[in-house]
Amino acid sequence: MAGTDHAPPPFFKRGPAPLALLTFYLALSLALFVIDLRLQSLDLLRQSVALVTDPIQRIAQTPGSLVDNAAAYLRGLHDLLDENARLKQAQLRLAPDLARLEHLASENERLRKLLSVKEREKASGEVARIMYTARDPFTHRIIIDKGQQSGIVAGQPAIDEAGVVGQVTRVFPFSAEITLITDKDQTVPVQVVRSGQRSVVFGLGGGQLELRYLPANADIKEGDLLVTSGLDGIYLPGFPVARVVSIERENSYAFARIRCAPIAAVENFGEVLVLSPRQPQAPRPPDSPGRSGNTGAPSKPGDK
Amino acid sequence: MQPTFSSSRILLPVRPWFIVFSLFAALLCNLLPTSHWPGIPDWVALVLCFWSVRESRRVGMGWAFILGLAMDVADGAVLGQHCVAYVLLAYVTAAQSRRILWFPLAQQALQILPVLLACQLIQLLMRTLVGADFPGWGYLIGPLVATVLWLPATFLLLLPQYQPVERDENRPL
Repeated sequence: MAGTDHAPPPFFKRGPAPLALLTFYLALSLALFVIDLRLQSLDLLRQSVALVTDPIQRIAQTPGSLVDNAAAYLRGLHDLLDENARLKQAQLRLAPDLARLEHLASENERLRKLLSVKEREKASGEVARIMYTARDPFTHRIIIDKGQQSGIVAGQPAIDEAGVVGQVTRVFPFSAEITLITDKDQTVPVQVVRSGQRSVVFGLGGGQLELRYLPANADIKEGDLLVTSGLDGIYLPGFPVARVVSIERENSYAFARIRCAPIAAVENFGEVLVLSPRQPQAPRPPDSPGRSGNTGAPSKPGDK
Repeated sequence: MQPTFSSSRILLPVRPWFIVFSLFAALLCNLLPTSHWPGIPDWVALVLCFWSVRESRRVGMGWAFILGLAMDVADGAVLGQHCVAYVLLAYVTAAQSRRILWFPLAQQALQILPVLLACQLIQLLMRTLVGADFPGWGYLIGPLVATVLWLPATFLLLLPQYQPVERDENRPL
């Protein structure tokens, strides 16, 4: 390394010394790293670079999608007929529920009016196709094919047919990035269906979730279903999130260690529904001394 | 015994567009869906390393920084992560290029291995220190594969520079 450290003779024009260049570029990169991590104010830079890299990425994805399409084409009629029959059966099974859903919804609305409870928000959203998993091996994210052009904004929750998948964290002109609920430290405020107990579920990475801050003697069992509690103002209440897999109660800790498995096929490819942002809620009343406790921290986009 | 400068076959001068083309192709290779498979090397790091050793005057830290930024955005990683790794890679390989080129190809590859490994380790360190998920040891297999690929990569990237072997009977030199 010593060979390039000395200053070149002035008659060879070689630009700045390598060490000066190194210092400059390293300082610049580290500044980017810190600003991006701590302040999250580099979206404009990211979006402008993405304008160049996005087309390259789409080109790179074409061979893969061609192979997929060919495989789907060759899968044959038989499989499709099978699948069709299965779907028809499923539809028939769900038909009675569906038929009564409208009736129940209107009845619910009427009763809520009678009780003068605020009406439930309706879930609506935009269907998006998952293009690929983000290549960053340190996180669990997926890229969908809808972006700013379709009105997607950061913070919108995404679900699939089974449950909550994740939350939109970055938006590009023609694509958006969804952070999966299994990403490390991604949080979803949840409620245990059986007991109504509220808590927050944290991603652990590697397709696992952990329900934290439930006391060791809390009423929770293996197999309990967790649904969104809706307290955060981001997720609508009632979407399935996870199922409790194992509970370790140790006397030395104040909280039980509760592992959960996500219900949605969060690590598989397919399609997701990006829900529209919720209506702003009434501001939280000022804290009274008797009422404090964790009621679910909202997981704003990029609060890590 | 005097070591010989084994890469001394006289080459044509490099064409700048070929450098740009190869770096672009490496970027494209990195964005292929295959990058999820274990052991797939970081193509950009490999090609950048190659040009930085061969043509350190043309491909330096500026290129490394720009490519790193492109990789960060394309990967959805934290900005600056690939930049730091690539800039350091370009600096070290440029500083060591005279030494590395002295060795025969197989030993060149051995010289490249620690550089590529460090490139990956820096990224691992940067991300895990700020609280990201550990991606598993498979993350470090890529550089080993890239080391093996140094030989075919050298052949491929130098292909446009090889002179046709012309034997002139009247001028036996």
